[in-house]
Amino acid sequence: MDNLIEIRWHGRGGQGAKTASLLLADAAFNTGKYIQGFPEYGPERMGAPITAYNRISTKPITVHSNIYEPDYVVVVDDTLLEVVPVTEGLKETGAIIINTTKSPEYLKKVLNGYKGDIYTIDARKISIETLGRYFPNTPMLAAIVKVSQVMSDEALLEDMKGSFKHKFAKKPEVIEGNMKALEMALKEIQKI
Amino acid sequence: MSIRERLSGNEAVATAMKQINPDVVAAFPITPSTEIPQYFSTFVANGSVDTEFVAVESEHSAMSACIGAESAGSRAMTATSANGLSLMWEMIYIASSLRLPIVLNLVNRAVSGPLNIHNDHSDAMGVRDSGWIMLFSENNQEAYDNNLMAHRIAENENVQLPIMICQDGFITSHSIENIELENDEDVKKFVGEYHPEHYLLNKNEPIAVGPLDLQAYLFEHKAQQGDAMKAAKQVILDVSKDFEKWTGRHYGLFEEYKLDDAEIAIVCMNSTAGTTKAVIDKLRENGIKAGLLKIRVYRPFPGEEVSKALSHLKAVAILDKADSLNAIGGALFEDVTSSMYIAQKNVPMVNYVYGIGGRDTTEKDIESVFTDLQEIASNGKVENPYRYLGLRKEAK
Repeated sequence: MDNLIEIRWHGRGGQGAKTASLLLADAAFNTGKYIQGFPEYGPERMGAPITAYNRISTKPITVHSNIYEPDYVVVVDDTLLEVVPVTEGLKETGAIIINTTKSPEYLKKVLNGYKGDIYTIDARKISIETLGRYFPNTPMLAAIVKVSQVMSDEALLEDMKGSFKHKFAKKPEVIEGNMKALEMALKEIQKI
Repeated sequence: MSIRERLSGNEAVATAMKQINPDVVAAFPITPSTEIPQYFSTFVANGSVDTEFVAVESEHSAMSACIGAESAGSRAMTATSANGLSLMWEMIYIASSLRLPIVLNLVNRAVSGPLNIHNDHSDAMGVRDSGWIMLFSENNQEAYDNNLMAHRIAENENVQLPIMICQDGFITSHSIENIELENDEDVKKFVGEYHPEHYLLNKNEPIAVGPLDLQAYLFEHKAQQGDAMKAAKQVILDVSKDFEKWTGRHYGLFEEYKLDDAEIAIVCMNSTAGTTKAVIDKLRENGIKAGLLKIRVYRPFPGEEVSKALSHLKAVAILDKADSLNAIGGALFEDVTSSMYIAQKNVPMVNYVYGIGGRDTTEKDIESVFTDLQEIASNGKVENPYRYLGLRKEAK
């Protein structure tokens, strides 16, 4: 990976975009990187558009500002595509990853001619199949790792197994589903 | 051996407090400092500290409880932000005039109104003349380290003043970043035990705390407070030296970043210093001799040392994250320029009020300041020394 990777997350309050950014920071930290994970705090309401950020680097990070020219953008909710300028400042050498089932034609249209790579994943289907409920953040975490290559698939799975064991110590029954969600997402993400 | 971790600024402070294990913590929640007492109360609940945690009903009571606890002879800590500090106002002065070495974590946020929960330094600047030692922290690491040093500075027999550790609300308080932690035993050893000379619960020496103090003595007592503040400078340096011997992490009164051979420089505090460092690295690649002076110790203000460190420069910008609304300049600008005048150093200086109410300060903003400084350095003129950085032009 490059010396510094900058990622911007777009989601809606309650979907776990902030949590996903913190999980990514955790996983990257565990592979020896320097990390930042921080949300842009606004009026926090369930369903309102929210933004979160990650910086991942091989060197110490001193910058403390939001990210305006990200290498990657992750869109957790495709209803934001027509509401928020998700590709603003996004590097054309980078990529956007969208949780959606919409057609490539529609996506190309709403992304205002973005020339970088566009990846899609149906995080709803994966989440419902593996967890029985809609928690898009776990599949989206796998998706950004796959595309950005901040770590290998194996390193992610290994690390998240540990994290889930810790995080879900009181409800171990959801660990297996979350692991399956990661594995499915790593396989199912596709470039359009 | 330090422990490699990743924590938010608030988690870092709560962790330091856990390791310090003070006798009393009294706090009332207010964004963005709420997490500090929140995390700490879980440490109390699960028995990892034996602190008396006082869940008070207001910040005025939080500071009052800290004053009571410290007067009794124990160690007390608290945390707050913005309007919480405003509500403490009366007790803030009483804490320092009673010479009680309370440790307060101030997670900087704009003071209302209108209501804003985001970062600037207006809360800290409101108490800059209240007789508290004030340390500023660029990131989670510095907030943690400053807490580990705080008690030894404040409790020193030549100081005996309360101390405030500042960090930027949300920007560092809620950002997860790498950090080096020290182990519990070493922290305990470094911080040491507190044995005050005089305290209320000493049955062998009955004393009164905070009696009437009129024309005959208040002036002298204030002068003693002033002397203690002057003495704090050396104590901070001594404690920081011991800290460096232990952890390898160096702290002075301020940090100089590529300042030695710089021609132009920025003076600022807290997280913006980090962004400035990144910009300096880029400018240096293009041969521009830019530098930074990051204030760590704001009170006592190290005027003599600052003026010495800035005297060789061709132009300096002082960044204030609070507007004094006084038609002359921000607080840090006045401190720095006064120090330069007293030291008879004449360097063109310009003031930027920035980042008010959480307005994001970007690398581009900092670059624009250095561009202005290059122009000032080349013609030696400062047309308008009291400026804004990042203000929208159309704002009315």
